[in-house]
Amino acid sequence: MRYFLRRALHAVFLLFGVSLLTFLFSALTPGNYFDEMRLNPQISQATVAALRAQYQLDRPLPVRYLHWLNAVAHGELGFSFAYNSPVGPILWVRARNTLLLTITAMLLAWLLALPLGVWSASRLGRAPDRILSGTTATLLVIPELVLALGLLILAVRTHWFPTGGLVSVGFESVSPLQKLQDLASHMVLPVTALVLGTLPMLVRHVRASVAEALQAPFLRAAVGHGIPRRKLLYGYALRAAANPLISLFGFSVGTLLSGSLLVEVVMSWPGVGPLLVEAILARDLFVVIGGVLLSMIFLVGGNLLADALLYWADPRIRTAASAK
Amino acid sequence: MTQRRKLTRWLIVLVFLHGVVAAAGFFAPYDPVEQDRERPYLPPMRIHLIDAYGHFHLRPFFYPLRLRKDSFDQYEEDTASAVPLRFFTRGADYRLLRLVPSRLHLFGATVAARVYLLGSDAYGRDQLSRILYGGQVSLLAGLLGAGVTLLLGALIGMAAGYYGGWRDDLLMRAAELFLALPWLYLLFALRAFLPLTVSPLEAFLLVVVVTGMVGWARPARLVRGVVLSVKELDFVRAARGFGASDLYLLRSHILPETANVLLTQAAILVPQFVLAEMTLSFLGLGVPEPMSSWGNLLASLQQYSVLVSYWWMYLPALAIVPFFLGYLGLASALQQRSSAYKIDGESGWSPT
Repeated sequence: MRYFLRRALHAVFLLFGVSLLTFLFSALTPGNYFDEMRLNPQISQATVAALRAQYQLDRPLPVRYLHWLNAVAHGELGFSFAYNSPVGPILWVRARNTLLLTITAMLLAWLLALPLGVWSASRLGRAPDRILSGTTATLLVIPELVLALGLLILAVRTHWFPTGGLVSVGFESVSPLQKLQDLASHMVLPVTALVLGTLPMLVRHVRASVAEALQAPFLRAAVGHGIPRRKLLYGYALRAAANPLISLFGFSVGTLLSGSLLVEVVMSWPGVGPLLVEAILARDLFVVIGGVLLSMIFLVGGNLLADALLYWADPRIRTAASAK
Repeated sequence: MTQRRKLTRWLIVLVFLHGVVAAAGFFAPYDPVEQDRERPYLPPMRIHLIDAYGHFHLRPFFYPLRLRKDSFDQYEEDTASAVPLRFFTRGADYRLLRLVPSRLHLFGATVAARVYLLGSDAYGRDQLSRILYGGQVSLLAGLLGAGVTLLLGALIGMAAGYYGGWRDDLLMRAAELFLALPWLYLLFALRAFLPLTVSPLEAFLLVVVVTGMVGWARPARLVRGVVLSVKELDFVRAARGFGASDLYLLRSHILPETANVLLTQAAILVPQFVLAEMTLSFLGLGVPEPMSSWGNLLASLQQYSVLVSYWWMYLPALAIVPFFLGYLGLASALQQRSSAYKIDGESGWSPT
């Protein structure tokens, strides 16, 4: 229990640090959302000053930070200048879209990576392993941006998949089954890009850790006892190799909100990514801070989840934690 | 011995690739900002050896493109007039490595008929030239950014590892903070709070500084680890016993021991920072037009019409793949070497 308390405290400290850091950066900002208005002769300087006062941009930094903390405590995350509404609800809708995309991609990537990695490790150094390793190395050096743009070009040239957005025009008027179909067809491209982006890294990690586990004396003994191959690989080797993989899984969960930014922008998926880019270009301060903070919460949550899973899965950690 | 050979092989590949980009003026047939409004969005031209009548020519040639009848954006080859390629020809002025003025180009065509090996963009600028010159910007941004990061990381890591105590705690907590942040978000957050409209040179420096400040945490942690083990080694303790100052110890005994880690990190960080530059420029937050960089060359693909009709605008994206492959090879060769030397090697291409 103390182990978790310490971890949770650490997480809270991290979140505070990040929010403080983003606020500090914002204090260094030359210019803000209302600067463009100041250049507009049709808007009087008094109006701009009043707007600044209304959003409390004229107050000193510590006051603004405390004010913002208060807003966070009320679940608001500050106020968006561009949308003229609290940041919370705007972010929430976008986050839902992003999660729809990334959870699907994450599950697919892991479901593919585990068998591929185990299979590769069980044939270490032989032809299938070499082919797979070569493929993952090639995929590893192709950045997500390049991958996503390539898929997009493929899609427009073949007309196989829709190339952007969440749903088609007229989505409201079709039957539930067609709705599902429409949504799925829009998800194919971004999900493929995300899966191909993370798969090589996952496969390499699974392969490396399972290959290492297979060297262990108890597994060699298990082979000698004639335990069936499938049970050996998935029952024993994978379990022994789980430790780094669980940390990696926690990382996957942690990046659910932030990992798909580029793909979302390229495929015009209405998630958190495009919102954040727009907010940066428009200097919509609190949307930027809110977005960064929300993704941080996910990251910290993912790490906590990994810790919990490790504690549950690995007896070595349990005894080490209770010994302290 | 094979490890060393592997390392040399990847180094040769990388030196060659960077050499081509560094000497962009020579390999590119045209000036990257020279426009030709008569020829927007020309598709890549084909180089022929056999002409329309089936005759073989020793000198490669191409047919200029003309608009197809009743079309406004479909081109076809004008087989009436073949234009031979000229090698080692004189063309636009440039400065090799920004120093040596020259007019010599690897290849070119006549003044009237321009050759577009990789097509042209919306302003009729040569894509091949823009990719080569853009590589200079992107690679330099990556190299400088990695340099800044490694410098920061080495300084912080050495300070934390050598002095220990509360300084170590403070610096490593800060490092954890930076490691926890997704780097793209960190990049954006940093960029968000810096001026948006700046001159190209300022924008370039901004990109370098922003990317350089993002990644210091991982090298700092690795360097700290090395310093912690090295500072207890006998020869370092002996030097301290002889009255060597902290600065001398850090510079002469500890810094050389971190070289392996720093080199490996450099091979890992450079492509990441090239990618960071590409991402920022792609989204319009980095190097602006008319300067070309690998990122802003791809920016036009955000328009649907370009995506549908002009697939060759995607070619700049493929230019980076051999570079990244080279760096990955170098990084793994360096890692193998340092693990052979039994110096700590936290794996490189891991998440974060």
